Amino acid sequence: MTMTRRLFPISLICALLLLVACGKKDKPAPSGEEGVRGDAAPKNVSIQGAGATFPYPLYSKWMAEYNKINPHIRINYQSIGSGGGIRQITKQTVDFGATDAPMKDEDAKKAPGTLHHIPTTIGAVVVAYNVPGVDQKLNLDPDVVADIFLGKITKWNDPRIKASNEGVALPDKNISIVHRSDGSGTTAVFTDYLGRVSDEWIEKVGVGKAVKWPAGLGAKGNEGVTGQIKTTPGAIGYIELAYATQNKLAFASIKNKAGQYVEPKISAITAAGAGVEMPDELHVSLANPDGADAYPIASYTYMLVYEDMKDHAKAEGVAKFLWWAIHDGQKFAEELHYAPLPEPVVKKVEARLKTLKSGGKVLLSNP
Amino acid sequence: MSSPDVPTVPPPQSARLSRPAPETSRWRGSRNWGDFAFRWITAGFAALVIITLLMMGYEMYDGAALAIEEFGLPFIWSQEWDPVQEDFGALPFIYGTVVSSLVALFISVPISFGVAVFLSEMAPAWLRNPLAFLVELLAAVPSVVYGLWGIFALAPWMRETVEPFLRDTLGFLPLFQGPNQGYGMLSGGIVLAIMITPTISSVAREVLRAVPQTLREAALALGATRWETISFSVLPVAKSGLVGAVILGLGRALGETMAITMLIGNRAEISASLFAPSYTMASVIANEFTEATDDLHLAALAEIGLLLFLVTLILNIVARLLVWRTARSAPGAP
Repeated sequence: MTMTRRLFPISLICALLLLVACGKKDKPAPSGEEGVRGDAAPKNVSIQGAGATFPYPLYSKWMAEYNKINPHIRINYQSIGSGGGIRQITKQTVDFGATDAPMKDEDAKKAPGTLHHIPTTIGAVVVAYNVPGVDQKLNLDPDVVADIFLGKITKWNDPRIKASNEGVALPDKNISIVHRSDGSGTTAVFTDYLGRVSDEWIEKVGVGKAVKWPAGLGAKGNEGVTGQIKTTPGAIGYIELAYATQNKLAFASIKNKAGQYVEPKISAITAAGAGVEMPDELHVSLANPDGADAYPIASYTYMLVYEDMKDHAKAEGVAKFLWWAIHDGQKFAEELHYAPLPEPVVKKVEARLKTLKSGGKVLLSNP
Repeated sequence: MSSPDVPTVPPPQSARLSRPAPETSRWRGSRNWGDFAFRWITAGFAALVIITLLMMGYEMYDGAALAIEEFGLPFIWSQEWDPVQEDFGALPFIYGTVVSSLVALFISVPISFGVAVFLSEMAPAWLRNPLAFLVELLAAVPSVVYGLWGIFALAPWMRETVEPFLRDTLGFLPLFQGPNQGYGMLSGGIVLAIMITPTISSVAREVLRAVPQTLREAALALGATRWETISFSVLPVAKSGLVGAVILGLGRALGETMAITMLIGNRAEISASLFAPSYTMASVIANEFTEATDDLHLAALAEIGLLLFLVTLILNIVARLLVWRTARSAPGAP
């Protein structure tokens, strides 16, 4: 009793002291950050970005590398999800947003200025599986993939799976479907593909970052789906290429539009980008593209920037960083399992970047 | 989200308060400036809690307004959750939250009370503190660690061993039918049970320790066995505090997000079987909020949050009433 009586006022005083201390710390911080090297030759610029988690490994690599070349430009990227990225760039709380699925036109209209999509890289989604006793790479047809995820093909030794995998001893085992439970660009890419190849999919399920799955279990994140596939014999699921490679999961070759079974190799993913004409709005779906070597489940991912940005220093930093990213930055893509942009797309993005302005002044006249 | 402000009302306090309390009156008696300031500062802190609560409620209502307008009351009992068609309903999530918490309590309460009785009544003195410390350590494990353990150890074990066994022995009940996938309501409930056991058992132990020693001595003096002493004189006195301990556990189970998301299978469906995947309110918010771009989808998620708020509140009020009732009817209660 005496202890509590004595301790209580003391803890109260501590709490108050803490409050005071916090209050004091808050004040000098903002001016201090800029003031540190304020009088050094190039002014320090801090750029904020937020959005998609899917390209985050590549973006953070880019930002670190770019900072090495241009020490006065610091870029911070929060991978809070595409939805958050769109919301924040619309409210102008960040300097650039990032999203996997392009913005809807009606959402873009809500923004206080013209927003441009800047494709930065291409990623692939693979169909990974855990079939006991099967070491070979499986070949899957588009309609078979759709019917598996619709819950219509339920056994691994289904004649339709056997048809494209001659000589593989497929077991009489139930297929356990694993899908993403959280809203994600990966799901958008995968359902976009399924919608392209199956009318029934469009009718029953539809395309989106979160859909009402007809069958299977939901797991959180690429890592959750990966874990669930790994520990469940008979499981099938879709994940980003990087996760499947790093976790040594088996993944299928998918039959593309040209009738070839294609493995998700980097070259096959870039080929997918080359197989689709990039329109002027700089966003397009890569689901089931033309091209004999193209892997059919791939997607661009985008950064979102305003055509006319207010803060000149930041605007210049953003424009130069994007210019660097679509050129020198592309060489970092492959080691992180993303595919570099095809050359014609780089040309189109270049033209778009040259239109970026700040206060009416063009930023990259001679980059 | 787990409401730590749940009342425990363990007898320790009441036992202390029932004694004459000269300190308290001394505090009130003196009227110097320090006391005055102290009183208002503490009152301010107390008000802060209430203001925060009201503001959170309002913010969530504000965020959910669009969905409330669109779907009205049927949102609560609609079973549809289709972000593509923008058709939303909360029933599968309410069901999943309540049932998974009940499964957790069903498993955890007997174990926790057993632990508490052993620690306070039976265990030799040298074992009590280390064991109590270990139990409380379980509460400090981050929930994502429970989730990972669940994915890599619990789910395979459930799929290969527990679920086939339950289906063979109790398969006539609809609760234990259907394919054994390892992920589902039962696995989610079990991981919740493990997470709330330290909470319930450590509070229950404190409650039992506060039961006056004289009651035990009296029972023993009358020739009661150890079992009779505990069940007839210790437990009845501690009843209200024990209910309080269970409520604390329930609060944690209702609000738990990470571990259960990793194990429950995340499927917005109501199924009689405990093997089937399900979904909780906290999980769907954590899963879909970050990537929800449509206004209606966001509003529906906010409304789920509001409902979780309400469900927690209602369950806490019911439990509170239960504590008061048992406290009044308990023999020898203050």
